[in-house]
Amino acid sequence: MPIEFKTYEIPTYDEVMSRANRARNHAIPLLRTLREFDDEELETRQSAADMAIKEMGITFTVYTEGTAIDRAWPFDIVPRIIPKSEWDVVEAGLKQRVQALNLFIDDLYHGQKIITDGVFPREVLAKSKNFRPQCVGIDPPLGIWAHICGSDLVRDSDGTIYVLEDNLRVPSGVSYMLENRLITKRVFPELFNEYSPLPVDGYPSQLFDTLCDLAPKRKSSPEVAVLTPGIYNSAYFEHAYLAQQMGCELVEGRDLFVDKKDFVYMHTIAGPRRVDVIYRRIDDEFMDPEVFNKESILGVPGLMRAWKAGNVALANAPGAGVADDKVVYAFVPEIIRYYLDQEALIPNVQTYRCMFEEERRYVLEHLHELVVKPANESGGYGMLMGPSATKAERETFAKLIEQDPRNYIAQPMVGISTVPTVVGRNLEARHVDLRPFILSGSSIQVTAGGLTRVALRKGSLVVNSSQGGGSKDTWIVDTGVQ
Amino acid sequence: MLSRVAENLYWMSRYVERAENTARLISVNSNLLLDLPGGIAPGWAPLVDIMGVRGDFDSRFKETDERRVLMFLIADLNNAGSILSSLHYARENCRTVRDIMPREIWEELTELYLYARENINTGLTKRGRFAFLKRIIYGSELFIGMLASVQSRDEAYDFIRIGRNLERADMTTRIIDVRSDDLLPDDVSDLRPFDTIQWVSVLRSLSAYQMYRRHMQTRVRRDAVLRFLFKDKQFPRAVRHCLNMIEGCLEELKNNEQPLKRVRTLVRKVERRNVETLDQAALHGYIDDLQLNITSLHSTLAETYFPKSVQQQEVQ
Repeated sequence: MPIEFKTYEIPTYDEVMSRANRARNHAIPLLRTLREFDDEELETRQSAADMAIKEMGITFTVYTEGTAIDRAWPFDIVPRIIPKSEWDVVEAGLKQRVQALNLFIDDLYHGQKIITDGVFPREVLAKSKNFRPQCVGIDPPLGIWAHICGSDLVRDSDGTIYVLEDNLRVPSGVSYMLENRLITKRVFPELFNEYSPLPVDGYPSQLFDTLCDLAPKRKSSPEVAVLTPGIYNSAYFEHAYLAQQMGCELVEGRDLFVDKKDFVYMHTIAGPRRVDVIYRRIDDEFMDPEVFNKESILGVPGLMRAWKAGNVALANAPGAGVADDKVVYAFVPEIIRYYLDQEALIPNVQTYRCMFEEERRYVLEHLHELVVKPANESGGYGMLMGPSATKAERETFAKLIEQDPRNYIAQPMVGISTVPTVVGRNLEARHVDLRPFILSGSSIQVTAGGLTRVALRKGSLVVNSSQGGGSKDTWIVDTGVQ
Repeated sequence: MLSRVAENLYWMSRYVERAENTARLISVNSNLLLDLPGGIAPGWAPLVDIMGVRGDFDSRFKETDERRVLMFLIADLNNAGSILSSLHYARENCRTVRDIMPREIWEELTELYLYARENINTGLTKRGRFAFLKRIIYGSELFIGMLASVQSRDEAYDFIRIGRNLERADMTTRIIDVRSDDLLPDDVSDLRPFDTIQWVSVLRSLSAYQMYRRHMQTRVRRDAVLRFLFKDKQFPRAVRHCLNMIEGCLEELKNNEQPLKRVRTLVRKVERRNVETLDQAALHGYIDDLQLNITSLHSTLAETYFPKSVQQQEVQ
């Protein structure tokens, strides 16, 4: 049987279908190709993709009861397609955002002019969990702190793209973006006759170049290493993948040591070898037991000494996470205006900051229609979903907000867009977000698209891999339509 | 290259080789048992001895019957030398060095491990066993072949080859040790026709039968088989060949003084000894000595190249 598009239900903005049986302009060739499939073929292609993922060993790791379990991360074969004309604006907006955030972080660890000028409140910084006093006064190479940033974007029901959050600590997912393209080429080759999506496979060399830009004393071929917490980390696949693609060593804390002169070395079969740049995928707290968590066995004692002495570059720089805070997020439009004298090209989701009386009053009066989030949690912990919460839950949150207003923000519910997704032998609308990756070295580069995560359960908005999420290939296509 | 990575590569390679050798042994033993008259058939116990897991086995099982031995050698995850464990450890070692291996290698090891895990019950049946074991052997050879065709001849490749050849040398001596222990009493002449079968099975365990015929130009006899399996320079599973390969790899590596000294001592022991003249007891003693030397070669490699324990690092 042919795939049925007449009954395709559209709960909110759909990236492909403007209404049932009717594709948006940029998606017409996609729909045409899908119409040539019958439902059995669709299922066969999806199984082929599942098989490819298993064989290619594309996994994320779940660690329970002392053993590491590899789970294949579900992949959906229908790509998410974004016209290049639209993407160009998003790309410029992301560059603008990351540039401003890096200026902001550098300012916080130096003169704190943005605070003296009254644009950013001192109390927000005072309560920041990710501000590292140990980093004050340090000048990282090129003045950049967040070299690798992953910003989460969503599209609202009116079609506008918003930034939902910025991940400036150790954002992951880029390896899946790269692998997804390989799988699509394997299982859906005919779609490439219709489109020429911008390639994504330049990322590992761009990342490598960015890291080399940071090397001390501009060595001609610096020794770069990827520092991983080890095989039990859920993103270990990615750490190994990136090291492999960049042709550099993947090291664990125990492979490294810092000598008395504050240089970093790795243990090799030919003796110690100097390391110049470390792409660390370990959180600040676990990086150096001399300075942070004393119990950490994942880190390298003395790493901060070496970094402060300028003998090794760390990406991202310790302390960069200070901008990875939901209250800071709410100030990003102001931050962009302050440092760059520009208006934000990609809007934030409307955010109410409970620390300001007026905004707090609005939040407390409208709890039933808002989402309330604590400043420093991720993965959906400690949130209130106003519309679905009980009266008692709303009252509890009202108290929490009054007790510690700085720790809470509130946002209206955003209608997250959908893309047709294979469900059995049919296509149904499933919600998606998008995480592009932004590299900052001597220049700023943005991935063409990024990682589209999809909530595979009907109606679900949760795209996390651990909670029934999957991913899609993301195509930026030049349709020639402006 | 990182010391930790060198160690992982070495063990990955040893475990793949071990899985293959175990599969070969079981496969050949199945055939041997079909060929020998019931009364003198050695059964399955010798396999437990070859793998050096007798103590472990006896503490858990009372009988060495076919079902228990096969379960133990193929599927038992508590037996670190079982096929499934070996493939599991090979893959875990590969997982931590994924960044430096060609991706096909990881994919093949994953596929092989998943195959073994999913088909383990078939592997335990008489009917499905042959195909199962064949796939394991084939998978191991595919692994070796892929490395040969896509891995640069760098330090990583050296450690992989050192691991493989050390495991192989060790296994060849084990097989000879247990299988040369005569099945047939010397004075029973009417069992002579079966004498050859025993030595043919030794050769077949090592896929050495054809090469033996071609190079030794003689019928299958104890003295010639021993000479071939210990001293042949060209057969890839002969002890001398394996040791020469290790020697060659070590010559390419830095800091090679101590391990080279060790392996050259071993090579001399193999070259100079007239194994064919040894009676069973003397042969057994000789093999014991070789195995101890192989173990200390491993220790020297570990001391020279692999990560030091925490205490050692502090001393350093």
